[in-house]
Amino acid sequence: MSKSNFTRRGLLKTSAAAGAGLALPTYLSAASHSGYTNAPSGSTVTLGFNVPQTGPYAEEGLDELRAQELAVQHLNGEGDGGMLNTFSSKALKGNGILGKKVTFVSGDTQTKSDAARASAKSMIEKDGAIMINGGSSSGVAVAVQGLCQDAGVIFMAGLTHSNDTTGKDKKANGFRHFFNGYMSAAALAPVLKNAYGSDRRAYHLTADYTWGWTQQESIAAATEAIGWETVNNVLTPLASTDFSSYIAPVLNSGADVLVLNHYGGNMVNSLSNAIEFDLLSKQVNGKNFEIVVPLYSELMAAGAGDNVKGVIGSMNWNWQLQDEGSKAFTKSFGEKYGRPPSNSAHTCYVQTLLYADACERAGTFNPCGVVEALEDFDFDGLGNGPTTYRGADHQCFKDVLVMKGKENPTNQYDTLEIVEVTPRAQVEYAPDHPMFAGGELGKCNPGA
Amino acid sequence: MLGLNKRDFTLLLIVVALAMLAPFLLNPFPEGSAMAQFNAGYPDLMQKFVIYGIFAIGFNILFGLTGYLSFGHAAFLGVGSYSCVWMFKLLGYNVMPGILLSILTSGIFAYLIGVVSLRRSGIYFSILTLAFAQMSFALAYSVLSNPKFNLTNGETGLQVYSNDPQWLHSADKPDLPHLFGLSMRATHEMQLGAWQFQFNVGYYLCAIIMVLAFYLSIRIFRSPFGMMLRAVKSNNTRMYYTGLNARPYTLAAFVISGMYAGLAGGLLSAVDPLAGAERMQWTASGEVVLMTILGGTGTLIGPVLGSGLIKYFENIFSKINDSVLHSWFSFLPDGMEDFMVTIVHPFVGKGWHLTLGVLFMLIVIFLPGGLVQGGQKIRGLFTGRTEAEQAQADANQSTPAE
Repeated sequence: MSKSNFTRRGLLKTSAAAGAGLALPTYLSAASHSGYTNAPSGSTVTLGFNVPQTGPYAEEGLDELRAQELAVQHLNGEGDGGMLNTFSSKALKGNGILGKKVTFVSGDTQTKSDAARASAKSMIEKDGAIMINGGSSSGVAVAVQGLCQDAGVIFMAGLTHSNDTTGKDKKANGFRHFFNGYMSAAALAPVLKNAYGSDRRAYHLTADYTWGWTQQESIAAATEAIGWETVNNVLTPLASTDFSSYIAPVLNSGADVLVLNHYGGNMVNSLSNAIEFDLLSKQVNGKNFEIVVPLYSELMAAGAGDNVKGVIGSMNWNWQLQDEGSKAFTKSFGEKYGRPPSNSAHTCYVQTLLYADACERAGTFNPCGVVEALEDFDFDGLGNGPTTYRGADHQCFKDVLVMKGKENPTNQYDTLEIVEVTPRAQVEYAPDHPMFAGGELGKCNPGA
Repeated sequence: MLGLNKRDFTLLLIVVALAMLAPFLLNPFPEGSAMAQFNAGYPDLMQKFVIYGIFAIGFNILFGLTGYLSFGHAAFLGVGSYSCVWMFKLLGYNVMPGILLSILTSGIFAYLIGVVSLRRSGIYFSILTLAFAQMSFALAYSVLSNPKFNLTNGETGLQVYSNDPQWLHSADKPDLPHLFGLSMRATHEMQLGAWQFQFNVGYYLCAIIMVLAFYLSIRIFRSPFGMMLRAVKSNNTRMYYTGLNARPYTLAAFVISGMYAGLAGGLLSAVDPLAGAERMQWTASGEVVLMTILGGTGTLIGPVLGSGLIKYFENIFSKINDSVLHSWFSFLPDGMEDFMVTIVHPFVGKGWHLTLGVLFMLIVIFLPGGLVQGGQKIRGLFTGRTEAEQAQADANQSTPAE
């Protein structure tokens, strides 16, 4: 059945067009005008803010976006300048980055690796983003970090707490300001020992992905070192919203501490479920039952309401800190949005500033120049005290906060109190520590 | 030509032209203009268009021809993705072994699921496939991803590490998925005045495979085998009474469409070497059903159009945020501007599902035959033929428009 009324000319035309389409990409390899991906050509430079706007970490993501908008304003010289005034490096002048006005595009990671990569790819390929910042899940951070490495743009991680992000999944184009599971464990263990004694039996509920696994591993190791026993570790799917069926077996396990390796919406729900089961008023082994939430955030504390009272956890930063940087940031964030910033907002804000500053100091947007400027960079005035970006794994080293749910909150934002500021020396580790081993940083990739 | 009649050949040529010229067609607005927001001609989205097109074409072979509604096709997509990434990890970054293995494993997987599920038809078949897919999702998400035995890497997604064996990898090959040395990422940018067009190797590979898959599906639709599948749809019982066993035909259709899904999954990994478990979730299975119905079930080109429409909404509408809205309505007085933004806000950004839902309802109510029926109506306006006459003409060409 091959009747065709096509004219010879028509067919030739079509096949020529098709042939040209086919041949084009084969003889022309990647276009390279400036030596790196998405080199800004006009008077503006575009940053990509990839945050969860839906899913269990949506609250955190929206707060990150607020902070990123604020950072862009400050970089462009609008508003009161925030931490630009307290930052120890004075390279940023409030006239954008390298004289180019900063613009941004935003995307939704949906807290899913696939969606996050699609969103980041569209920012890089369509909008010409030169740096990707944000995110609230380590699974997503690892996935997007890998993508940025391949695409040749810089990834300034947002909230990601898994050891793997700067451990076995570390990448030369990726940088993390946030602390990690190991640091939380190192800071928490002494406080837990003081508060609850050294003879405890812990039951872990763990979010089933890279962050949960590594945090659980870190906490178990640190608490076992102070004499605790780990009774059980149960993995829960990230998408779960009801944890009752996981809480019920805790009571019969003989455990007297419940460690919730959960974050965001997960933690709000699992903690609320635990309170519904009245765990905190139980007596086990002759001791009061206790709950520990190793990674805390204001937004979670607000979501869980009264349930967080007395619960111990750790944080990267808190708006109640009284150093100049924290005060300046909390003030300008509060003036713009009428609420104090969360620690995920803080880390994204700081990361954006650090990126901009590194570009200024390097004198280029070229990822390799930025990597060089950030590696082993010592700075201060961004809220965490003296901080170092370690070159060996692109992890920031700084003090860690141990927090506790406030017994008598005075207002809706006053939910946590600082128990201890654990000095940096106590949470440091070697780059080849077994919990971080197995990966390779590789070489910086400028892309095209 | 090519064993096709004139109409089908025209259709094939249209698909070829659309696929090859997509970088131009999808970037109609000059860069930097307000409308550039709606440009879709960047590699990632174009790749998604054709890859999900393949997925939907394969799904249509099962659903469009036999009427068996599988609610678990995403499982095959996921299996294909994982197979392909494993080939990257073990052999190296050449995409060919990965794509071939993904077709093979998903075929085997589809056979196993098909043998069990096809014992039932109708709603029971749908539920069985859904159950299998959710089981696969659970396996991939947590069971097969513990630190001791890590086949899928769970939530993070399976990816290639620098310490993976990659036996066939050599230093002269790119450290990214490539086709015999030609990187999938390589993109040629063409600047024509204010317009910028991107020609991406990964896209063209997927587009060529999509055209081949489309051609194969036309041949299946027009073959005696395709006729048997239609017979299953129109009256399964009568087929049995005439002494024909329908099971082998439906099973073959199920496996073929599973292999199409596996191919699509393999290509997803080939253009972006990371496979996540959420590709197997039931929402992904539902998406391909939507794509097929939206475009026109049982038609040849419908599924491709449907998948394009859904992916466009997902990627373009979801990126319109409030600041974009404000810039659109900035010509209005302040109060009006805020009012318009408030009205439009729920339908864009993260509310793109809402827009898609409304559109889906409108199409199903007013164009039960999907976008293809819409196209026929428009054609009818020009040629003066009524829809019924066209349907008649189509029937003569043995193209049932559902």
